[in-house]
Amino acid sequence: MTTVLLLTATGLGVAALYFLVASGLTLIFGLMDVLNFAHGAFVGLGGYVGWTVADRLPGSPGLVLGLLAGVAAGAATAAVTELAVIRPLYGRPLDQVLATVGLGLAIPALLQAVWGADARTWTLPGWLAGTVGLFGARIPSVRFLLIGLAMALLLGLRLLLGRTRAGLVVRAGVEDREMVTALGIDVRRANLAVFALGGAAAGLGGALFGLYQGSVSPGDGTSLLVYAFVVVVLGGAGSITGTALAAVAVGLVQQYADYASASLGDESVVILLAAVLLLRRRNLRGRPA
Amino acid sequence: MNTLTSTWRRGPLASRWVRAGLVFAVLYALPYSTLRIPGVFDGPLDAPGVLQLLAVCLVFAGLAMSYDLLFGHTGVMSFGHGMFVTGGMYATTILVDHAGFGLWTSAAIGLAVALAAAVVLGAVALRVEGIGFAMVTLAFGQAVAILVVSGSPQLTGGEQGETLDAGAVPAVLSGVRNTANLYWIALAYLAVCALVVWGLAASMPGRVMRALRENERRVEVLGLNPYLFKLLAFVVAGVLAAGGGVVYLLLLGGATPTVSDSNFTLSLLVMAVLGGTGRRWGAMIGGVLYGYAGQSLTRVSGSSAVAGLPGVLRGPLEQPLFLLGAAFVLVVFFAPGGLTGRFGGRMRREEA
Repeated sequence: MTTVLLLTATGLGVAALYFLVASGLTLIFGLMDVLNFAHGAFVGLGGYVGWTVADRLPGSPGLVLGLLAGVAAGAATAAVTELAVIRPLYGRPLDQVLATVGLGLAIPALLQAVWGADARTWTLPGWLAGTVGLFGARIPSVRFLLIGLAMALLLGLRLLLGRTRAGLVVRAGVEDREMVTALGIDVRRANLAVFALGGAAAGLGGALFGLYQGSVSPGDGTSLLVYAFVVVVLGGAGSITGTALAAVAVGLVQQYADYASASLGDESVVILLAAVLLLRRRNLRGRPA
Repeated sequence: MNTLTSTWRRGPLASRWVRAGLVFAVLYALPYSTLRIPGVFDGPLDAPGVLQLLAVCLVFAGLAMSYDLLFGHTGVMSFGHGMFVTGGMYATTILVDHAGFGLWTSAAIGLAVALAAAVVLGAVALRVEGIGFAMVTLAFGQAVAILVVSGSPQLTGGEQGETLDAGAVPAVLSGVRNTANLYWIALAYLAVCALVVWGLAASMPGRVMRALRENERRVEVLGLNPYLFKLLAFVVAGVLAAGGGVVYLLLLGGATPTVSDSNFTLSLLVMAVLGGTGRRWGAMIGGVLYGYAGQSLTRVSGSSAVAGLPGVLRGPLEQPLFLLGAAFVLVVFFAPGGLTGRFGGRMRREEA
């Protein structure tokens, strides 16, 4: 029983990370048809900037400022990427993807140049470093922070997309970009906003991944990215609720299968990705191809 | 000068097969030369270190050509090409080390396995198109990577990789003195890739593949089945990649899990785009440049000129992947045809 609880808590914690990374990816892909390979780089950058701030300032204020710095770094990099790399390449969808591939290779290498190839240890403040007893299971406190922040993001995104005009434009753009443009609405501003928002979530995800592992290393973002792709495909591009459900499913399946046999979890998730794509025979938006 | 250019344009040199033959003849003769190119290579061309570096460049060139057959010639973007390199490399190593087969038998079995795998995986993955296909191949490639790193460490050596049993390697291929032989094997591999890719591009199926890249719907309207031609490209590219894995294995003396990493496949994409996709020499030149840059930039950045720079500048310069990634973005922006498209004005996109 305690094992099941621990696995579930870990699975949900990992799911929270997947959701943070995948929510931006899915909105960007839904709205702009760009599969953003640079997203892992935003994650890595958020992790390192967050670590740097938290490492300089002690205790809980340092942690909060570190997370905020991670968010800011992710958002700023993503916004610059959209303005300087994606926007000039409108109308050349393949080149957009290729450019993000280039950034996805270059930025982690840059992180390694600045912060070194070895993992940097992230020391947690006392109240977060311990475990919480839940029905006899000792669950690390960080997991609850991860789950709480991911749920806050889910709620925030739902409200933003469902209740505001900007959210309406984004949802309409996901459905039919040409029609929104034809109605005289500047979708480019929505593109920039979605990129920055996705980058902010990815930066937070990177910083939280650092907390979760207790360290940050240059390959962090890239390793999360593959699973985030799985979540995007399973959840249906452009759907926030679908992404959240898919993240939970992937996180839990991965942890349970990993418990059964080491690395079976990772293996089962990538096989799941291939199987869903092949059996559903729909495009990534969940519509018949 | 005039006679030179006219010979180039109209004489016997105008035939692209003659020109290609010349290029390969020069490459063949390199190990006999003691020429020094200061700043580019550490020693004379026949020095083992230089030949090893060049051999890796040639293998990368062949791998990039095999990737370009899919991406540039057929317009199919795969993110799992590295799994065939991994397959050839690891199947050979495991058969030699654990089943006691000879090197060449193992390599032949490895290629046969890669062929079968390419047919099956291609037949399955090509049921989806575009970015869906890219994702499916990414998943397959990732599955292979996980299997290699943590599947059964006693067979694959886990993250460290598995050293090829030195006793199984023929004497002519082992030892520093015989680096030239490895270089020629790498060159032969590149020549095979060039012959296959160019030959296929000039044939009927190759013309259909190019048509698929331009407009798949029209090919269907003409009564041809796009699926079969894509599968042909996928299988040929996969077997060529597996062959590259075997040659790379010989160069390294062991199997390494880096080839299974998704970054390795992405680097093949970078090579093809840097050089120019769907062109005769594009992917090959891109592969050589990438191979050279990846191996030499760390050495160049260790030089005194770079060491004198402040840390802010020096750090990024020591990361080949940063420079290559940045160069790649610039090429995508400013030279969509790649280097051969930008600087080889008369080298048009292949038409025959």
